[in-house]
Amino acid sequence: MNKPYAIIIGLEVHVQLLTSSKLFCGCSTAFGAAPNTQTCVVCTGTPGALPVMNRQAYLLSVKAALGLNCQIARLTKWDRKNYYYPDLPKGYQISQYDMPLSRDGHLDIPDPEQEGQVRRIRIIRAHLEEDAGKSMHDEVAGKADSRIDLNRAGTPLLEIVSQPDLRSPAEAKNYLTELKLLLNYLGVSDCNMQEGSLRVDANINLHVATPEGNVATPIVEVKNMNSFRAVERALAYEAQRQWELWQETGQRIGDVPKQTRGWEEEAQITRPQRSKEESSDYRYFPDPDLAPVTISEDAIAHVRQSLGELPADLRTRLVGQFGITPYDSDVLVSQGRPLVDYFIAAAEACRDGKAAANWVQQSVLRVLNERQMPIEQFPVPPAELGRLIDEVQSGKMETSRGREVLAEMLATGKSAAAAIDALGIVQVDEADLETLCAELLASNPKVVDDLKQGRLKAAGALIGQAKKRNPNVNATRVREICLQLVQRM
Amino acid sequence: MSLTDLSAVELLDRLDARHVTSTEVVQAFLDRIERYDRRIGAFLRVDREAALDQAAAVDRKRQAGEALGRLGGLPVAIKDLLATQGEPTTCASRMLEDFRPPYDATVIARLKAADGVILGKTNMDEFAMGGSTENSAFRLTRNPWDTTRIPGGSSGGSAAAVAAAMAPLSVASDTGGSIRAPASWCGVVGLKPTYGRVSRYGLVAFASSLDQIGPLARTVEDAALLLEVLAGHDPRDSTSVDRPVPNYTSSVGRPLERLRLGIVPELFGDGLDAEVAAAVRVAVDVYRSLGATVQEVSLPHGKYAVATYYIIAPCEASSNLARYDGVHYGYRTDAQKAAARLEAERKALEQAGDRAGLDNLDTALVRMYRQTRSEAFGPEVKRRIMLGTYALSAGYYDAYYLKAMKVRRLVREDFDRAFEQVDLIAGPVTPMPAYPIGEKVNDPLAMYLCDVYTACTNLAGIAGLSIPCGFSSRGLPIGLHLQAPAFEEERLLRGAAMYQRATAWHTRRPSLDGE
Repeated sequence: MNKPYAIIIGLEVHVQLLTSSKLFCGCSTAFGAAPNTQTCVVCTGTPGALPVMNRQAYLLSVKAALGLNCQIARLTKWDRKNYYYPDLPKGYQISQYDMPLSRDGHLDIPDPEQEGQVRRIRIIRAHLEEDAGKSMHDEVAGKADSRIDLNRAGTPLLEIVSQPDLRSPAEAKNYLTELKLLLNYLGVSDCNMQEGSLRVDANINLHVATPEGNVATPIVEVKNMNSFRAVERALAYEAQRQWELWQETGQRIGDVPKQTRGWEEEAQITRPQRSKEESSDYRYFPDPDLAPVTISEDAIAHVRQSLGELPADLRTRLVGQFGITPYDSDVLVSQGRPLVDYFIAAAEACRDGKAAANWVQQSVLRVLNERQMPIEQFPVPPAELGRLIDEVQSGKMETSRGREVLAEMLATGKSAAAAIDALGIVQVDEADLETLCAELLASNPKVVDDLKQGRLKAAGALIGQAKKRNPNVNATRVREICLQLVQRM
Repeated sequence: MSLTDLSAVELLDRLDARHVTSTEVVQAFLDRIERYDRRIGAFLRVDREAALDQAAAVDRKRQAGEALGRLGGLPVAIKDLLATQGEPTTCASRMLEDFRPPYDATVIARLKAADGVILGKTNMDEFAMGGSTENSAFRLTRNPWDTTRIPGGSSGGSAAAVAAAMAPLSVASDTGGSIRAPASWCGVVGLKPTYGRVSRYGLVAFASSLDQIGPLARTVEDAALLLEVLAGHDPRDSTSVDRPVPNYTSSVGRPLERLRLGIVPELFGDGLDAEVAAAVRVAVDVYRSLGATVQEVSLPHGKYAVATYYIIAPCEASSNLARYDGVHYGYRTDAQKAAARLEAERKALEQAGDRAGLDNLDTALVRMYRQTRSEAFGPEVKRRIMLGTYALSAGYYDAYYLKAMKVRRLVREDFDRAFEQVDLIAGPVTPMPAYPIGEKVNDPLAMYLCDVYTACTNLAGIAGLSIPCGFSSRGLPIGLHLQAPAFEEERLLRGAAMYQRATAWHTRRPSLDGE
């Protein structure tokens, strides 16, 4: 990794808040309705209509900001960001300019370079604003109609701006993953990139080591990235492009105006966006239609109490309480709180956290993936899974048999005990097992010879025959007993 | 005596006593509009049938013994910037010539709920920008006292309608004097309430932090009646204030005892017409004779009011009017013609090999915006959009908008201090009586300076009222300006009414048949 430069990345993330209505009117925010059916005189900018703030959206933003360790402003206000675009019906966006609702926070993210370590990424500010509508154009300007859907116009967006503390595309991806997880846990946003409820813009440049010290290259803003993976790839591409450009031109920050580039998923490259789209003077000024918003220390404390257990704390607790590895804990926590709750219930039922973690990761998650199902709909209650795990751990059956039991439980809705009965699983008595092994050895002299000569693989044939005669035998025990008997011969 | 000579309160008494029906009252005013408005030009639209239907409905309710609203079938004229559902609401602009709002403004809903009968929509300066109603895209409104003169603005249609007794009541808006100045020039009563007293929901915004809806009427009692209907908190307007509305009509007859009246000596300096100054001084003497003590107070930042106002109002207007872009409603340029012209320009530039010209050429969208706004806004609106856009631009914001907001706070503090010493402040409304049509059309600055006494009220967010206090030697009405602290409309109305009872200026009527 010893590149002669450092990559400097800052991210601006917009997340749609999980409110049922828009930021300044009562229209629904549900996704997927027919165009322009979720609009009213306020969000269409009809002359004379006035905005009224949705306090729920504000409080959700405060919650997110507290989760990001931000300072909450006791007084915040609304500003107009003036620009013309057909999907912006008022000709301005109501946003927050110089008095955001929160500032100066941080988010700890896993260090992609060092397993188990965290990197602290500082947050400059998180503020609330309204979304614009959606334009759908034909490619050739002026030749065909553009269509505007204002269902999204006025939807509350939280903009979270990081310091340029990220040092690699992988860190950027980890930051987004951690941010999304946090906001999910807080119930602030579903962060669904496909539905546009999370959007990312990145600012990136290089600090190149030169004999005269570090030199910063021009900052480029990258837009139009539609997945976390796209962000990672676009930033990797952009870093390489900037490195090559630096070698070619030696351009430093300030030599050229800040450029905006769009990520093109098909071509896997960034391309400059038209310069006319970049240079804007938004003429911010306080929105005279809206009163400043105040919040008391008590109200902030009240929101703080409602945060619940955050992902980072939960990861630590699972490791300490259930003895699972940090890796397993991370996998479980990343799946969201409902899955963690399922795990905890199963682990408590079987009193074996490690086994429960394995079962949840290997069996439960596989089924959820296959069936595209959330954990809330998983048919086997965690206590029943716990009982099954308990039976397996006590040696009543092997793990593979246990999986068959789980399949039976999933297929029929039976309890663990009923499914075990249905499959005819009973623990084989030790004496019976020895008799069986002796019989097998007697009828397989070739195998006995092989074993005597140390060709231990030959035992596999005995296990197969044993299973045929009694499916409940434990393969490991069969092998152990057979080897003991041969030794005694 | 004809019905249209009566005040709204007198008409309401007769309606309630069933001496007359709402239909008769409305018909009388419609007849008068029919007869005189061709000459005056107060109305942009009169919907006779709708008004008569509404009146008949009120009459039926009254006959059936149902409870009636406060206006009980009285006709009201509405400034054409208040949204009326399904009816044109043009703001006297080509831009909104065909615009029909899908909703009623809160004040319209309140009027309807109070059984007011809407006569029609009155003329105004385009988007309420102007002081003479000469900026209407549709028609000229003449002063009923002298039809060669302006009625004032921006609510010139409303003031002229009331002065010419074509309506007993009118609802208008005041951003820097738009109710009070035309009231003064047309010899009627006009009240700008405290900012937040009346809901702005459905008022097509000019300058949101200054706009306020208020009544115009021929008497103080009528203004009190209408304000009582208009005022009140509205959850749909975040700037409306949740305070109880006093019963203005029941208190308006009680004189203010031991009234302390403030006068501001600096307002009587240069630029004030001698006849106006004299009339105002005489009015102050009337207050003395009624037992008031008169005290000088100072508004040291008042001299910056016009400059401050003409920064803040255009800044807000430039943003409020951005929505008129031809995309969602209102006027749109002929897109095909615009595209064809753009194409021709592109070809010409290509042939000339003008690379820079090609780079600067509009996109089709920008050209549509540009053409739409060029064609549909009048010159004064364009001037203010440009002023505001400039003042909000990067590098100028601190010097203009921010500075203006600081001065605005100082103006408000001036009033706070003054009102520690006095109950009301009296002064002139306008520097001169109504001027001839066309006189200041090409001198916007002279027109802006007419707001010198009224803009302060809006900057401070307090209440102000104009009441007739005399006539010039040419027979033109002169108004007395009274200002009260925020939410002291009751005091303002009582103070105005005690003056009105002691004088007869409000009983004079313009002669419309003389020509």
